[in-house]
Amino acid sequence: MAKLNVNGRVVEVAVDPDTPLLWAIRDHVGLTGTKYGCGVAACGACTVHVDGQPIRSCAMPVSAFSETQRIVTIEGLSPDGSHPIQVAWRALDVPQCGFCQSGMIMAAAALLAEKPRPTDDDIDQAMTNICRCGTYNRVRAGIHAAVRGGTTG
Amino acid sequence: MNEITRIRPSRRAVLAGAGAFVLGFHVAPKGALGQATAPAATPEINAWVVIHPDDRVVLRMARTEMGQGTRTGLCQMIAEELHCDWSKIETQYVTPGQSLARNRAWGNFLTAGSQGIRQSQDYVRRGGAAARIMLVQAAAAQWGVAVGECAAKDSVITHSPTGRTLRYGQVAAAASRLTPPDPVPLKDPREWTVIGQSRPRLDTAAKTTGAQIYGSDLKMPGMLVAVPKRCPVFGGRVRSFDAARVSGMPGVRHVLQVGDSAVTVVADTFWQAKVALDALPVAWDLGENARVQQSTIDAMLDEGLTAAEAFVGNSNGDARAAIAAAPRKVEATYSYPFQNHAPMEPMNATVVWTAQRCDVWCPTQNGEAALVATAQAAGLPQTQCDVHRVDLGGGFGRRTTHDWLIDAVLTAKQIPGVPIKTMWTREEDMTHGRYHPVTKAKMTAGVDSNGAITGLHMRISGQSILSYVFPTALQQGRDPVQFQGLNASGAESAIGYTFPNLLVDHAMRNTHVPPHFWRGVNHNQNAIYLECFLDEVAHATNQDPLALRRRLMGNHPKHLATLNAVAERIGWGSAPPAGRFRGIAQQMGFGSYVAAAAEVSVSDAGVLRIHRIVAATDSGVAVNPRQIEMQVEGSFVYGLSALLYGECTVKDGAIEQTNFDTYNVLRMDEMPQVETIVMPSGGFWGGVGEPTIMVAAPAVLNAIFAATGKRIRSVPLKNQDLRRA
Repeated sequence: MAKLNVNGRVVEVAVDPDTPLLWAIRDHVGLTGTKYGCGVAACGACTVHVDGQPIRSCAMPVSAFSETQRIVTIEGLSPDGSHPIQVAWRALDVPQCGFCQSGMIMAAAALLAEKPRPTDDDIDQAMTNICRCGTYNRVRAGIHAAVRGGTTG
Repeated sequence: MNEITRIRPSRRAVLAGAGAFVLGFHVAPKGALGQATAPAATPEINAWVVIHPDDRVVLRMARTEMGQGTRTGLCQMIAEELHCDWSKIETQYVTPGQSLARNRAWGNFLTAGSQGIRQSQDYVRRGGAAARIMLVQAAAAQWGVAVGECAAKDSVITHSPTGRTLRYGQVAAAASRLTPPDPVPLKDPREWTVIGQSRPRLDTAAKTTGAQIYGSDLKMPGMLVAVPKRCPVFGGRVRSFDAARVSGMPGVRHVLQVGDSAVTVVADTFWQAKVALDALPVAWDLGENARVQQSTIDAMLDEGLTAAEAFVGNSNGDARAAIAAAPRKVEATYSYPFQNHAPMEPMNATVVWTAQRCDVWCPTQNGEAALVATAQAAGLPQTQCDVHRVDLGGGFGRRTTHDWLIDAVLTAKQIPGVPIKTMWTREEDMTHGRYHPVTKAKMTAGVDSNGAITGLHMRISGQSILSYVFPTALQQGRDPVQFQGLNASGAESAIGYTFPNLLVDHAMRNTHVPPHFWRGVNHNQNAIYLECFLDEVAHATNQDPLALRRRLMGNHPKHLATLNAVAERIGWGSAPPAGRFRGIAQQMGFGSYVAAAAEVSVSDAGVLRIHRIVAATDSGVAVNPRQIEMQVEGSFVYGLSALLYGECTVKDGAIEQTNFDTYNVLRMDEMPQVETIVMPSGGFWGGVGEPTIMVAAPAVLNAIFAATGKRIRSVPLKNQDLRRA
């Protein structure tokens, strides 16, 4: 049994303490926007925020978390998809298959929170998520657009 | 009530779901399911178009969306002729079972070979046009006026003389009872207002909020999750496994053998199944393939480079004689490795099997082939099975074959009536893929004293995809797909050069590692072999690589046009910025002409930086230029990932790379700026999902030579030292 604070709600999940946070979120909290891509923290599809920091939830056990730590998933990033990153993503049609995009968006949102006007080098450093469809250039453009509130004008 | 409308509510439940949703699903005979879920009247105008009373337009799809934008492009083509309100469009996957029951009303489901748009365009446009004609006819009949006095725009029909209007939703029921027109005229392309526009994608919003549902996200009441492991060596079998050791572990429900070569643990959740699977003792009969090493395969390919017997792909004149007689000979041997498709979403399928019926929910690039595979594995006729598609978390060719689905059905068959979601680990996905074929090529050119190529021999040695996946398509043993981009002519993949004497031949050397269509397919290596070798000849004879190509391209104006376009945009012939060097390449494939020019630098330490790539695409018609730009950008990620890192190697018969930590791919910090030139010349329909991949690697390799004087003939670059010679 673990207590997790997910998207502002404290939930008890009946899992083995070694269970990665990713699977507690997907199978026990019931939020499937956070994806399994590799299981070894290499691809970033499972990125969520813990107290504002981006972490790769596939490789961290639930036992590492307490209910005082605020976990935010893609579903909790904004109530209505209005985070500037989400707005920019729609304006630029960033996603292709979309499977990596929850992780991309969470990583990008964390970057913006830390550096409101990130440089290309900042983006290179922060955005190490894998996308196989090849959205990197639109991800970069989307982050820059989000600085302006998400619009492309 | 037809099949489509019956299945619709459960489909909508899937797509509408977010977070902890439950699929509206019942294990029940077909008729019962239909009655339980039949919605109010939803008039089907024809197979492609359903219009609801509230004007919602449902356009049906046989092809699959996997990120390439085919959903939006197909809708643009139907809407062009249907004259419907774009904001009212929804899409729906038809099932192969529905198509089978209606004499394949939706045609081919295969979504591969960059053909989703180009192979459907005629009949989906006619579907839209026929529906519009019937809607207008129904309105005219209701008003008692001539059809010619009525026109449709944005889902509204107007009687021009009186200004009266009717909405599509108001006449859809009447229209659905009319006899379809025959023939169905189509607009002149000059009148298009939807095709050719950069319409935003229809499926972006759900992909920004986590609401998009993929196969691996499906949930059903009572569902269990199966995590399989196959014998590490292809062709090996399960000898025994000790189920008792893990059957008491948390959540574990079943420990099963699947077919001859796999075991699977079925548990309440993925993680429980995976933990138990990792602890499960399995004894494998690895079989004779366990003796195969990468060096064994390399030696086999080397032998093929000079073997006497080979299948001819393209030939004119007498290349061998011309080369023998030439005053100068240029020769080089290239190689290209196995690679994994590595879509972001690992293989998965959810299956309910009973003795009477088998339904599967899965991401597939070919619904019809998935139905055949399902029926065979289920031991049921196709009419008692169906395949319900979900959007793919990447495909790239991997999901055109259904080994993973067969195993999922064989698993569910052992647990009748219970929904079983089979999910592969990334490790399983990496080690049990269907791989880019491995080949080598020996290139030989005869050159005269003016630097003109008098003869070219291109000997390919290596794996044939068709011989593994579709042997009946071989032509007396010859694999025609092997020669992509090298064919003498044709609308699909013709060579862009004329050589006075040419021989392209293939010594087929197959391995036990299963090959498959991999985004770009055989173009990927063929373009490296030819485009890099031409670059070699140019440098060996002190010619400009662009000038040498132009000499050979007089008969190939469309190839030349894209090459010229990228050369002009990158400034070929003028000096690049300090420290940067350029390379160029072109190829025709999947019905489109593409070219790329790359600008790179290589540091003293041998670190490559790809700064800028200019890419041109002539796909004849450009349905959605923004989508083409996205596909071109994405193609460089896929093609440059292959160039920089893509390699699977064999040790003791098994694939050595197990995850993204050992099978790396290109990331943000290595991504070049991409400038896309969309230059549709009209009159043909080419694909866009794959063609650009083929020019990515050769353009960069040629630029690396310009920068370093090093000719890289074996990829990926991670194995190469790029420091200047």
